Amino acid sequence: MIKFENVTKAYPDGTVAVDGLNLEAPTGKLTILVGPSGCGKTTSLRMINRLIEPTSGTIYLDDEPTSGMDAALLRRRIGYVIQHAGLFPHKTIVDNVSTMPVLLGESRQKARTKALELMERVGLPASFAKRYPWQLSGGQQQRVGVARALASDPAFMLMDEPFSAVDPVVRGQLQEEFLRLQREIGKTIIMVTHDIDEALKLGDQVAVMRVGGKLAQMATPSELLTSPADDFVADFVGRDRGYRSLGFTKTAGSVAIGEEAVVQLGASGEEARAKASGAWVLVVDGGRKPLGWAQPELLNGELKRENLNLSGIPAAASGTMRQLLDAALSSPSRRGVVVNEHGELIGTVTATDVVKAIEAEPHLETAR
Amino acid sequence: MNYLFDPAHWSGADGIPTLIGEHLLYSLIALAIAAVIAVPLGIYIGVTGKGVFMIAGLANALRALPSVGLLILLVLLISPAFPSRMGYILPSLIVLVLLAVPPILTNTYAGVRAVDAAAVDAARGMGFRTMKILTDVQLPCALPLVLSGVRSALLQIISTATIAAYISLGGLGRLLIDGKAQNDYSQMVAGAVLVALLALFFDQLLAFITRRVVSPGLTRRTIKSAPVAEPVKTPVTV
Ligand SMILES: Nc1ncnc2c1ncn2[C@@H]1O[C@H](COP(=O)(O)OP(=O)(O)OP(=O)(O)O)[C@@H](O)[C@H]1O
Ligand SMILES: [Mg+2]
Repeated sequence: MIKFENVTKAYPDGTVAVDGLNLEAPTGKLTILVGPSGCGKTTSLRMINRLIEPTSGTIYLDDEPTSGMDAALLRRRIGYVIQHAGLFPHKTIVDNVSTMPVLLGESRQKARTKALELMERVGLPASFAKRYPWQLSGGQQQRVGVARALASDPAFMLMDEPFSAVDPVVRGQLQEEFLRLQREIGKTIIMVTHDIDEALKLGDQVAVMRVGGKLAQMATPSELLTSPADDFVADFVGRDRGYRSLGFTKTAGSVAIGEEAVVQLGASGEEARAKASGAWVLVVDGGRKPLGWAQPELLNGELKRENLNLSGIPAAASGTMRQLLDAALSSPSRRGVVVNEHGELIGTVTATDVVKAIEAEPHLETAR
Repeated sequence: MNYLFDPAHWSGADGIPTLIGEHLLYSLIALAIAAVIAVPLGIYIGVTGKGVFMIAGLANALRALPSVGLLILLVLLISPAFPSRMGYILPSLIVLVLLAVPPILTNTYAGVRAVDAAAVDAARGMGFRTMKILTDVQLPCALPLVLSGVRSALLQIISTATIAAYISLGGLGRLLIDGKAQNDYSQMVAGAVLVALLALFFDQLLAFITRRVVSPGLTRRTIKSAPVAEPVKTPVTV
């Protein structure tokens, strides 16, 4: 647990970066600090490992005030990931990742072995071990930064915009991988971002800060979307929050899934026409995994792969209302493909079905 | 060139080997003293940001120094206090040290300044103490620039060490001065060539040392490594 108690930071020039912050990051959870630029997120984060000393107030690490601790020893208990990774340019990747264990007195050999395991864990091939940071892309460096912070297996992690230096696609990947990792390791993490979508996607709980360093609201992502505390939070969370809050609403069997007739590749035009409902027919492979939609009217000869329209995004039956609705809206037939956990077809839903389910249950169970 | 190839000049108390030996002795002693002064000072200024004005001011002032003039002034001041040859050696060394300090100082300062602030921040954030940040991060990263400062300092020293001969000390400057006095051009050319060769040799030696001690991560030399490619690990979407 990391706890802020009335923490204030005024810089020597008089800027009050953080003002009376009270906040608790529970053990094993990912807490996100989010807010507009200059609202004091980085300052708050760096006060935890005392790279910045608070002007007043107390920060506790598992009920122990940090102010009495030796700063260097305190920092060795906390993994720290910074925005541009901050790798050591003169050391190889494996030695970068070994930094903390070696600092804590482990033999270089052992530390390297462990580092190689960790690299694999964050999705870096072992062939990168002997490379230097300049030989890696921004996203890869960011992964090394995360591996380096994890290497000493610290109970706490601080992450300052760890995924901001990369393009949206890589960012999405890193986020997914990080979520999966966190599910395994369950560390007490505080992460800073100014990207509300990232906060809502990753956070177990989200602390929204406003300029002047005050806490505006601390809540779960779905609470932020459904009941923002004030205009500032509502505005910051964004305009389409009604739609986005569906992303936290599990479908939990409340949506009626319709039967869908299917054909396989190689089917004749007549068969496809017979199975089609409206202009479109769903095509699956031998294992009932959806391949795409086809229009029998346009076929001449048998159904081939190039006849497929691939625009639909299948949703998992165990997914959220948002995924289900998106499956329906993205499908050319307007029937969204629903699959089970093995990716096999269960049936299809229409947007109307999904909306009905949403309207029928105003207090749906939330995802987190 | 005849002078160089005459075996008579390669032995004896003022033979070429002796002159080279003396030349090197002055040069290396001066370089060592300059490094001992300039490297720690450069580090201190680079790390703390204190005394930055010294870098520009002092370095430029020293660069514009008229070495021969200063040497004679120093001899006049110092030699009365030291009866032996020391009264001449000391002024020569001081001049050489003053020449060597600016390049080493400015490069060390620039090297420390140029160290990636994020790497230093990360080190501190991981619990490195100040000294360890210096020895494990700042110095290794500043090393290429420090060494290039040493390299240009050594070149300056080796070519300037000829002035020791002005005040009747040894070194390769003897060949230049004696050659001039005797109108022996062959001897002067020999002196100039030897100084140039010596400078060239040490320049290459330092270049070699630099390659050995500076991390390839800094010089961006590719060592045998796999092709640089993104490992595509697409996360499974539903
Ligand atoms: N060393 C400093 N001296 C004076 N003021 C500072 C200092 N560091 C930060 N500030 C100010 O404190 C405020 C908070 O800064 P901080 O870096 O914590 O913001 P942030 O929320 O992390 O912003 P961003 O999203 O842009 O990174 C800003 O107004 C900033 O200008
Ligand atoms: Mg910041």
